[in-house]
Amino acid sequence: MEAIGLAVAGYLDVVVLSTPPPPWEDPSLFAQQVLSGIASGSLFAILALAVVLIYRSTDVLNFGQGEMAMFTTFIAWSFMTQMPLWPAFFLTLLVAAAMGAALERLVLRPVEEAPVLNAVIVTLGLYTIFTGLALRVWGPLPKGFGPFTLDFLFFEIDLAGPVCAGEVCIGKLSVATFVAAVIIMALLFVLFQRTMLGLAMRATAQNRTASRLVGIPVGRMLSVGWGLSAAVGAVAGVFVAQNVGLSTGSLAAILIFAFAAAVLGGLDSPVGAIVGGLTIGVVRNLAGTYVPSEVGSVDLVVAFLLIVLVLMVRPTGIFGRRALRRV
Amino acid sequence: MLNVSDLHVAYGPVLAVRGISLTVPKGQIVALLGANGAGKSSTLRTISGLQRPTHGTIEFEGRRIDNIPAERIVQMGISQVPEGRQIFTDLTVMENLRLGAYTRRDGAGIKRDLDRTFTYFPVLGERRGQTAALLSGGEQQMLAIGRALMAKPSLLLLDEPSLGLAPMLVREIFRIVKAINEEEGLTILLVEQNANLALEIANEAYVLETGQVVLEGSAEELRGNEAVRRSYLGY
Repeated sequence: MEAIGLAVAGYLDVVVLSTPPPPWEDPSLFAQQVLSGIASGSLFAILALAVVLIYRSTDVLNFGQGEMAMFTTFIAWSFMTQMPLWPAFFLTLLVAAAMGAALERLVLRPVEEAPVLNAVIVTLGLYTIFTGLALRVWGPLPKGFGPFTLDFLFFEIDLAGPVCAGEVCIGKLSVATFVAAVIIMALLFVLFQRTMLGLAMRATAQNRTASRLVGIPVGRMLSVGWGLSAAVGAVAGVFVAQNVGLSTGSLAAILIFAFAAAVLGGLDSPVGAIVGGLTIGVVRNLAGTYVPSEVGSVDLVVAFLLIVLVLMVRPTGIFGRRALRRV
Repeated sequence: MLNVSDLHVAYGPVLAVRGISLTVPKGQIVALLGANGAGKSSTLRTISGLQRPTHGTIEFEGRRIDNIPAERIVQMGISQVPEGRQIFTDLTVMENLRLGAYTRRDGAGIKRDLDRTFTYFPVLGERRGQTAALLSGGEQQMLAIGRALMAKPSLLLLDEPSLGLAPMLVREIFRIVKAINEEEGLTILLVEQNANLALEIANEAYVLETGQVVLEGSAEELRGNEAVRRSYLGY
């Protein structure tokens, strides 16, 4: 009895010892945790952008998004054994876009008239197909993938290693991920809000009959949506793989967070995807650091609790405006 | 301008239209009257290309169009205001109208038609930045008509514009439709359950029952017709 008491006391001791000082006593630890959160959040954000893109243009949630991204990253890996980084990267984007468009045409189109749930089930099928295909083609062993040195003609950026300000550091790769996420968001924002193509894609997602009646080639819009989304997914994959390595399971865990990010931000909003991704990354990191727990890390609990709370107040997500209906 | 001949439309085993023939002369308003399920909407949907006929032909300005997909028929000059309005509720009024002109590339012409739409429907101009979901039912119907006009059609198909609207609003909308027809010579094929109103603005009308034409004639003739009065006009 006494022994158990001692053991518990000892365990609690350890927990108490591992609780970090509050932010006001150690601001650089706090800053470090926020930055690391932004780093992982940027990864969620890019994949969330791909999710938002398909949702916004076809009204379907693509559960195969992560595996498609993983698959295209393997393709990038293969290209990189044959050619320099940039050509391999852009060729990958092209292949990914073509693949996405072809998938829509061949696999999703047949269930177009059916309830949207059928399409969602098909995307679950894509998930398993791409995992299996990647195993078959590239085998089960993880591949080394970056971090790369980016050659910008007049200067080079080595993505390996951190940049530091005082005691606070962030990986250069994470900075690049964040920048890429913001650039993609800006491009998508312009596409959806400022171009006729983007407007037609939004219209198609909303009401296909009405879209056909105003002359929009609905099928082509759906293909374009899937193609763009697959390309954005490929970018996500390339960054994720540099962070965690390239294997068939690389993207699966990230996709859960990407979905959560997209929902939190509002499923139809590119800006929301970024804000959602960063929020989840940062909250998760801070919760893991500052919330004391005797049962292991509570970072996920806190992060998802936050999502539930936000959705209770704003069911459409922070930036979403989908469910706006006048009855 | 439009010639429909011996049109048959089926949804699976269900025959919705059984041998309808009708003609819409240029510059006129032709009304299709009849009860629910008489085949009025099916006829319109087939003309606009949303539905394929199982038999029969549709000719528009001398060209067969019964095998052309909806998105190309718009380009040829037929715009449909669908039943239940079907506006893009999550988009703004302006975006809805802009999409109406999707097939057009003449920027100046689009601008002119936008102004024209706002002249006919001033409320759309006032609310151009608003999400369409926030419009009232009548305003949504105006938006649906405005969107169809933005395609610069030579033939407008109007499906039940009075559906679910207060009588005063319906009058207002019909007045505007008549004005558009008279001022611009726009040809209109109007499907309507409210036969009274439809016959007020139409030049000619067809009465459909269970997928067939049972009566046709000038609006004036039909207004005076005993059977039409009893069944559809209610006096």
